[in-house]
Amino acid sequence: MIIGLDVGGTHTDVVLLGENGIERRAKVPTDTSSLFDAVFSGLEQITSGIPAGEITHAVLSTTLTTNSIVQDKLPAAGMIVTCGPGIDPEAFRTCQHYYIVNGAMDHSGREITVLDEDAVRNAAQSMKDAGIEYVGVAGKFSIRNPAHENRILEIISPMFEKVFPGHSVSGNFSFPRRITTTFLNASIYRVHKEFFEAVKKSLEQKGIDIPIYILKADGGTMDFDTSVDFPAQSILSGPAASVMGSIAFAPPDAETIVLDIGGTTTDMAVLINGVPVLAPQGIEINDYKTLIRALHTHSVGVGGDSTVSVEKGHLFIGPERRGPAMAYGGPEPTPTDALFVLGKGGDGDRRKAEEGIQKIADQMGIPVEETARRIFDQACREILDYAKEMVSLINSRPVYTVREALHGHSINPSHLLVLGGPAPQFAEHFEAISGFRVGKVPQWDVANAVGTALSRTTSELTLFADTYKLEASAPEERFQQKIKPGFTVSDARSLAEDLLRKKAAREGANQQDIETDVLEELAFNMVRDFRMIGKNIRIKMQVRPGLIHQYQQIAGRIKNGEA
Amino acid sequence: MLKAINRTGLVFFPAYDWSITPDHPEREERLLYTQDQIFEEGLFDIEGITEFKAEVIDLKDVQRTHFCVPDPAKVMTESHFISAGGAKTIGKAKMDGLVDRGFALVRPPGHHAMKVVHGGRGFCNVNNEAIMIEYLRHAYGIDRVAIIDTDCHHGDGTQDIYWHDPDTLFISMHQDGRTLFPGSGFHKETGGPTAAGTTLNIPMPPYTSEEGFLTVIKKVVLPVLEDFKPDLIVNSAGQDNHFTDPLTNMNFSAQGYAELTSLLKPDIAVLEGGYSIESALPYVNVGIILAMAGIDYSHMVEPEYSESKLRQSKSITSAIEKVCDEVLAVWQDRENIRVRMQKNVIYDERKKSVFYDTDGFIEQQHETLQVCRECSGSYKIDSTAEGGMHVLAVHIPRKACENCKKEGYRWFEETPMGTYDMIMLQDRPEDDYRVRKK
Repeated sequence: MIIGLDVGGTHTDVVLLGENGIERRAKVPTDTSSLFDAVFSGLEQITSGIPAGEITHAVLSTTLTTNSIVQDKLPAAGMIVTCGPGIDPEAFRTCQHYYIVNGAMDHSGREITVLDEDAVRNAAQSMKDAGIEYVGVAGKFSIRNPAHENRILEIISPMFEKVFPGHSVSGNFSFPRRITTTFLNASIYRVHKEFFEAVKKSLEQKGIDIPIYILKADGGTMDFDTSVDFPAQSILSGPAASVMGSIAFAPPDAETIVLDIGGTTTDMAVLINGVPVLAPQGIEINDYKTLIRALHTHSVGVGGDSTVSVEKGHLFIGPERRGPAMAYGGPEPTPTDALFVLGKGGDGDRRKAEEGIQKIADQMGIPVEETARRIFDQACREILDYAKEMVSLINSRPVYTVREALHGHSINPSHLLVLGGPAPQFAEHFEAISGFRVGKVPQWDVANAVGTALSRTTSELTLFADTYKLEASAPEERFQQKIKPGFTVSDARSLAEDLLRKKAAREGANQQDIETDVLEELAFNMVRDFRMIGKNIRIKMQVRPGLIHQYQQIAGRIKNGEA
Repeated sequence: MLKAINRTGLVFFPAYDWSITPDHPEREERLLYTQDQIFEEGLFDIEGITEFKAEVIDLKDVQRTHFCVPDPAKVMTESHFISAGGAKTIGKAKMDGLVDRGFALVRPPGHHAMKVVHGGRGFCNVNNEAIMIEYLRHAYGIDRVAIIDTDCHHGDGTQDIYWHDPDTLFISMHQDGRTLFPGSGFHKETGGPTAAGTTLNIPMPPYTSEEGFLTVIKKVVLPVLEDFKPDLIVNSAGQDNHFTDPLTNMNFSAQGYAELTSLLKPDIAVLEGGYSIESALPYVNVGIILAMAGIDYSHMVEPEYSESKLRQSKSITSAIEKVCDEVLAVWQDRENIRVRMQKNVIYDERKKSVFYDTDGFIEQQHETLQVCRECSGSYKIDSTAEGGMHVLAVHIPRKACENCKKEGYRWFEETPMGTYDMIMLQDRPEDDYRVRKK
């Protein structure tokens, strides 16, 4: 059986999944000041009385690292950066202990300035003296040639607890994002490691010695050992949990918009044939722009508990939430109250709901029922408008080839998949007012925990090959190898696939779950002095975000349980 | 946090699946290292810098500017529709107020493409800037436009398109035509009788460096722009003046390009040539973008740069000073020049042959302008391509007077087909394009 645990803002959801679908579920309040208690009591409740040997592993999605960053509660970390022609690297300063040392590579990985090793030693000594234990190292174009980063690592690693190389965080270009991501890894390393070691230890004390996986923002998982090297990958996994929890119930051969209708916001994402669309760059959190892969998700300020108000005869819904719906003792009318007036409410106080909507009706000068209908209709329409906007944003991503510009795929979703508290009522109305086919996620209230439990390990790899220099390199794997003359694009693809499979397996993937995609494949003739000298090949591959192979049986049970 | 002082839009369309031939300078690899540098600098993450997706232009956009023989589809590849579309996207973003300035980093280039197009010349088939400008005039009603061509090669295509248009100021600064393709762009080429002075050419000697380029900008370009008062300044931003360019002989630098851009303050820049794809383009392009956005570019120095090696000789300096004075004199005397050129002339005729080096043939043209005192005058071009078609192209200008409109239609409708394969009409006041065929 698999444990899935997702820490949310107010509640932590835990499920135990097995042959019978959801074998057990638990909901415990989240106290952000003591996250460990929430996680631990959730795990305790879900495992009590279950024979330890029956649980294979646990997947956790927590707000630990996200909160530490948002609240700026991180131990001091240091950075050493090397630059070269371009923007002044001072512009990318992340912290007080940020040292710019001489040394530069150009865009093709050729050394243009030698590394100033004395400056590296001096910087390291200053950090050491200041009590810094964790250091990130990032060089401009280090993904094209990591020699300087590697040399810095060699020099300073003995002096610190842990040093993080920038070129291994991603094969994507962006020196500022490489700096930020490396810095975040260094900063949250200790918080992350201590937390999960404590979780693992308390489980062991209960006799449960199982591997722990951590959910990433791209909807994939990584094992604990991997997460220690890349702790920042655990940031903002929350939105991914719900999206992954709905995949099993999405049509496998259509484009679908997933709508998670919460109290304050509605979170949305797009699935193409059951595969979530990834964000073009990486996570952005506070002022940090990173290279951390994430699903393309949007959050809009319209939810079941959004405050409804009237201004100059116009209805406004959200973006604030001042509390629950009036039917549940809240202070202001909400779309949920409108549902009560329309006779579609749950077990709350209908009279209170009517009182609230009546206030709005008075301001509008129309009957209360009509007001409720309008509120609910407008909430649905606003959500749909945002969803369409998100789709057009995805479709307006720039493309760099004639083929994509003229014949590229444009997303045009035909299905909506709804989850969240008022999902059934919203689903019904979405179908009535839009051309979408609308479905609901069964057991929506634990879909996030189910998604967490069922996500597979994902991984990405970029391979550069130069048939003139006869070199291949994969920065994320810190891989460099000589290649033979006559190395082709298809050789490059096989090499990339091989490296990716090894990487994914090492990071915790089950062989059966490694489904790879080529995300980018480019091969350029390199011409120098009017002569063709070789090919510049670039391959980017991923293990596609998706569910582990056992999911179908489990999801089938969940679906039948609902029916 | 970095922030752009001027909101700057970028269209990046490197056409990674398009080349003239696999080892041609205009090939897939051309903007690869530029992309690496732009992405590595994180330019698209800077607040105030926005990347737009290039749109695809339609036939109407082409026919508003060119006479394509026999039609646009035959002389353009798919990539040309997107490259010109990239310029159009940036133009719209500027006019819609989404950005203060924009740069279309697109290929293939366009400034050697003339009014009549039978094929490719100087790696260009259609003129990206002209297509954008004529679209903006049509859709947004702008009138006066200045095009400053800073490519190392004379912008002969753009010059040809605007030779008779007094509302378009075209200034080209380039390596002396006696030493480089296309062999034109001498300071005495100043426009037709109804638009004399709004074409200005500043040929510069080989090995001109930063000093010479910036002198031309300060002494001629900026004062003339000040007088002309354009609604829009467009920069044909070729990057082949760089000291490492393999096709040319100049000594310009990334810092120089960035400074030129900050002085010129173009509303829109469109990439033209530049074939030093590793040593120049990555640095020059980033320098130009930073300068447009108003961000410090002082650290953008290319690895091979050496100020002392690149300094220009005294004789170059004095040659540039001289040509600047001559060009300014033309500009100041333009009204008189027009009067002299128009005196006792009803029809102004010019004959020229156009060499299509990329496709390898010659076209013979015989152009006739109705010299008008009310407007810039309708004109017709009788054009024969070697081994190709014989056509007559009739252009009625945007602000044509009634008489010139009538004359244009008379030429179009009443010229006997004779040996012509096609007779075409570009009616700019009505935004119409018509074709008569045998």
